[in-house]
Amino acid sequence: MDIVKSKSGINWLKYASPKTFYPLAGQLIPWFSVGAAVLIVYGLYLGLLVAPTDFQQGEGYRIIFVHVPAAWFSMFLYLLMAGYAILGLVLNAKLSHMMAKSIAPTGAMFTLVALVTGSFWGKPMWGAWWVWDARLTSELILLFLYIGYFSLQSAIDDTNRADKASAILAIVGAVNVPIIYFSVKWWNTLHQGASISLTKAPAMAAIMLKGMLIMALGFWLYSIAVILARVRCEIMERDSKAALFRQDI
Amino acid sequence: MLQTPPSNQLGTFAVLYRILARDILVAMRRQSDVAAVLFFFIIAASLFPLGSGADPKLLSAMAPSVLWVTALLSCMLSLSRLFASDFSDGTLEQMVISSQPLILIVVAKVVAHWVLSGLPLVLVAPLIGLQFNMDATGLQVLALSLLIGTLALSLIGSVGAALTLGLRGTGVLIAILVLPLYIPVLVFGAGAVTAVSIGMSPQGALSLLGAILALSLVFAPLAASAALKVALE
Repeated sequence: MDIVKSKSGINWLKYASPKTFYPLAGQLIPWFSVGAAVLIVYGLYLGLLVAPTDFQQGEGYRIIFVHVPAAWFSMFLYLLMAGYAILGLVLNAKLSHMMAKSIAPTGAMFTLVALVTGSFWGKPMWGAWWVWDARLTSELILLFLYIGYFSLQSAIDDTNRADKASAILAIVGAVNVPIIYFSVKWWNTLHQGASISLTKAPAMAAIMLKGMLIMALGFWLYSIAVILARVRCEIMERDSKAALFRQDI
Repeated sequence: MLQTPPSNQLGTFAVLYRILARDILVAMRRQSDVAAVLFFFIIAASLFPLGSGADPKLLSAMAPSVLWVTALLSCMLSLSRLFASDFSDGTLEQMVISSQPLILIVVAKVVAHWVLSGLPLVLVAPLIGLQFNMDATGLQVLALSLLIGTLALSLIGSVGAALTLGLRGTGVLIAILVLPLYIPVLVFGAGAVTAVSIGMSPQGALSLLGAILALSLVFAPLAASAALKVALE
């Protein structure tokens, strides 16, 4: 027991059990939700009102305050999902599988947001809704990987098998993400030559960077709040008879 | 752990060979299954000129992508067979609990699958390439890239086949799981053929294709055997 106790004397592993995690998640959700709302509103204020108009791209560039953090989180959440999948397989921990399962919809949502905002940005800048740019294409493939994860999860009725099989798929996908990214980049240079590419933005104004980072932080807190809420539903769904939920139902 | 009697101990290659020979023998008893994949490839590839017109220039520009995508789809179509018949008659369960390592058995089954569905494509693809107005070097590179690439496709596909074992609607599900993972193989395989058709060296793409094959040879049987154990739990 000494090993699992941290310096603060709290037994963190206690929360690996759904029974103790359920009330903890319930307590944390309001804090993360409020934090997310405050940060996202402040980030949007910085991005839409405070940040200066871009010299080359005009007002249209302001979509990056949503687009770039969404793209970051689409990838980060996939890796996080694969991380929980590994934990779930190695430790045989049910809660880890539930976490992985709950992360997937948020990750897919951010992937979709990144794609849609990207095409909104692409229309005025590139003159096309869709360009087979390396980054766009790998983001699209990431969406396919999420879709594969959902499809496998929903095709298996047995919860235990669904957890483990989709965990394996998530890990295989995570190993493939960098390979796919580099292959698409290589493919792009071979086929497209110097037609259209994301030109390197000139050194970004500090205020723009600040707005983007605050938005990213807001998205992070939002993800945590939503994922925790989803895990609570998952726990309840899997063990609806437990005395724990009597007060909630 | 029980030790198996020495008379039952088989070397690595003996296991590989026996399973390979058995799978091929079983498939040869139903040759139409093997032929069907090949005919799918030929028919699907022949549809493209009908859809796009018979301009020789256009055809030779399209050839690498058309032949590679159709080869990839034919490989994928036969994936559900990889473990399904052994799963339904209980053989697979015996393989999982046998004293031989499951990874070895998976490798042997994947190689058998490749011999039955990948290798015929490699042999036929140059003929279809001729219909697409490809030149001799292009045909050579096409055959070579398919030789390396289809084995990688069979390996990667085995993970999808193992994950979806015994589920309803397996065919479409395998496609959704496996096609995104096939993308790097397609990019480098078709890339090698395209490179040679525009006068560049296919070396780089072929080397990367070989690297993907080496990686998938190590990791795919590992993931597939883990998935088989989950499916048979």
